[in-house]
Amino acid sequence: MAGTTTVRTGGGPGEQDYIEDVVRAGVIATIFWGVVAFAAGLYIALQLAFPLLNLGLEWTTFGRLRPVHTSAAIFAFGGNILIATSFYVVQRTCRARLFGGPAPAWFIFWGYQFFIVMAALGYVLGITEGKEYAEPEWYLDLFLTVVWVIYLVVFVGTLLKREEPHIYVANWFYVAFIVTIAMLHIVNNLAVPISPFSSKSYVVWAGVQDALVQWWYGHNAVGFFLTAGFLAMMYYFIPKAADRPIYSYRLSIVHFWSLSFLYIWAGPHHLHYTALPDWAQTLGMTFSIMLWMPSWGGMINGLMTLSGAWDKLRTVPSLRFLVTSVGFYGMSTFEGPVMSIRQVNALSHYTDWTIGHVHSGALGWNAFITFGVLYYLVPVLWRRQRLYSDAMVAWHFWIATLGIVLYITAMWVSGIMQGLMWRAYDELGFLQYAFVETVVAMHPFYVIRAAGGLLFLIGALLMVYNLWRTARGDERAETRAMPALVLRPTA
Amino acid sequence: MPTKIEKDSVTGTETTGHEWDGIKELNTPLPKWWIYTFYVTIAASLVYYVLYPSIPLVSSYTKGLLGYDQREDVARSIEVAQAQQAPMVSRIRTATLEQIRADGALNAFAMTGGRIAFNNNCAGCHQAGGAGAKGYPNLADDDWLWGGAPDAISGTIRHGVRSADPDTRQNPMPRFGLDGMLKRSEIEDAADYVLSLSGAKHNEAAAKRGEPIYAEQCVACHGEKGIGNPELGAPRLNDPIWLYGGDRASVIESISNSRAGMMPAWAGRLDDATIKMLTLYVHGLGGGQ
Repeated sequence: MAGTTTVRTGGGPGEQDYIEDVVRAGVIATIFWGVVAFAAGLYIALQLAFPLLNLGLEWTTFGRLRPVHTSAAIFAFGGNILIATSFYVVQRTCRARLFGGPAPAWFIFWGYQFFIVMAALGYVLGITEGKEYAEPEWYLDLFLTVVWVIYLVVFVGTLLKREEPHIYVANWFYVAFIVTIAMLHIVNNLAVPISPFSSKSYVVWAGVQDALVQWWYGHNAVGFFLTAGFLAMMYYFIPKAADRPIYSYRLSIVHFWSLSFLYIWAGPHHLHYTALPDWAQTLGMTFSIMLWMPSWGGMINGLMTLSGAWDKLRTVPSLRFLVTSVGFYGMSTFEGPVMSIRQVNALSHYTDWTIGHVHSGALGWNAFITFGVLYYLVPVLWRRQRLYSDAMVAWHFWIATLGIVLYITAMWVSGIMQGLMWRAYDELGFLQYAFVETVVAMHPFYVIRAAGGLLFLIGALLMVYNLWRTARGDERAETRAMPALVLRPTA
Repeated sequence: MPTKIEKDSVTGTETTGHEWDGIKELNTPLPKWWIYTFYVTIAASLVYYVLYPSIPLVSSYTKGLLGYDQREDVARSIEVAQAQQAPMVSRIRTATLEQIRADGALNAFAMTGGRIAFNNNCAGCHQAGGAGAKGYPNLADDDWLWGGAPDAISGTIRHGVRSADPDTRQNPMPRFGLDGMLKRSEIEDAADYVLSLSGAKHNEAAAKRGEPIYAEQCVACHGEKGIGNPELGAPRLNDPIWLYGGDRASVIESISNSRAGMMPAWAGRLDDATIKMLTLYVHGLGGGQ
């Protein structure tokens, strides 16, 4: 359909007027940080299997490198693609140039990279608030707040000067992501530095209140960064790549509001069987269960948008990743509510099952949709006819999928085994296994997990090469799948 | 308003008439199964609120019909578990170590309890099965620093080594090098003499020179010919078992800087019955006297 029926009103900008340099930079940053995140993940996975790799140096221990991995994956890799695509999508779906022009957009881009580099340096040197996924210290938190508020102004400013009468659903999700992350970031990081010249600060929250605020933040980083933000990408790039209308407008409204309302209360399920009062645990659990269908609304809208276009999986390279990512999204948003049930959590909490759950979301959903978007965007942004190689995309897809399957099945087995070993009593009433015995039992699964991570990294390196050659304008001599002739029923 | 409602040729559904960058939307109603499943999860949650603690009030909260209380729950589980073990544990508490060892069932109970207590509390340093590591004594051989009889083992576990316990085992070996009590060459000679005691590779002439140094500085604790003294916790030096390494450099370092390994006191951290079971387990690892 490619815009044949677009009715232009007013004198909005055309394709050539959109700000794209900063989007291109964001794409490059995404790819760079992706490789860093996957490599760091592989390294710390190997450390768990072979502790010798801690090297006996404080800077290279698991405790220091783990936040480097998580921040690189979530904030650097995920954050860059979110910012880049939000700039790309908001301009096109509003038919408006970015509010404020290129300068604030570039400030957001470089400010964000500076934040990432400073945060990672801090982790390696041992500077941390010790709050999971919110490790950076107070001075960086303040700096990020400035960057983020400017981001909000640019995004909402662009929405306000749009030439389209309505706001597209992808932009609702981007706004939810930007606004909620601002709120979460500020409240969770309220801290008092011990001196203006010290990197060390103390968080104002204490005890169980600190724990609750932390997991209100932590779970909604998943909810509004890794879910809402990435659903925004899904809502633009799947219909574009499939060249099909969104399945249901009504579903998008209902699932957007129900997801936004319910997600924000689900955090207490991270604190089952802790000092958190029973009633708060109950609410956290039930809001997680009620979240199941609102989450699946996004999956349904993504998958059903492909009705009548499933043949494009063979011909449009990016679509394979986009569709599979939605499948993984559906799987992990079902697994999450199940794990939030108190009795299931009694087995799963503190085990590798949680790590497996996180990675089926992070690798299967977040990374796969990002790969799909990159394969779509690079030819568009660098004005190329097609990718350097479609065959390499297929290789990337299968290698990475095998990697994810190895990763999550290893963690399921090891996590459930670990949980069962912890709670096993013998007939005399003693614990059957000491903690260290459960660690020994997990070793083979740690090796399998690292193998999965290695495959995922190899796939990503294939992508880097493919996209680099694409940007250069090369095309590999290969047979490409041709669009199939489809007989569509006439309406 | 560029509203232009069309009929989608594939699904036969109408669009909403909106369009953004070529993207349109179908006006498909909510899938029935989706909305009903959503209602079911809401209904299930409401049922859960009636049954379990859920709604915060001003200074308390609704308790729910089932009377669920996590703290009571865990207290009850612990009570049940303790009641199950109570008969055996009370016998262990009152019996002597000798009596426990003589009673088959009681001894089996103690060894099982001792194993899990050891693996959860001791194996971090002494390793699984008491295999030991550099600085952490092997507990499966017959070389004992503070004695390998049950009472001696029990004493070490209870009070620790160089711990905060007032009855802790301790023996300040001097730092001969660091505190300038011996010259470097004297330390090296003494080391060669010490190595000669176990027949290890050593310099004969140096060992000769070291013998009087040993007799003057070391013999009081480590004994004639390095037989050691478990009363003082002085290691035997005439066997090939070394806590901090038996090569020349390691021995020189031990004499120069002393070592002063530490072990926490477990009395108060573990109950009496557990310490008894641990004692018997450690004693049974292979080297008990």
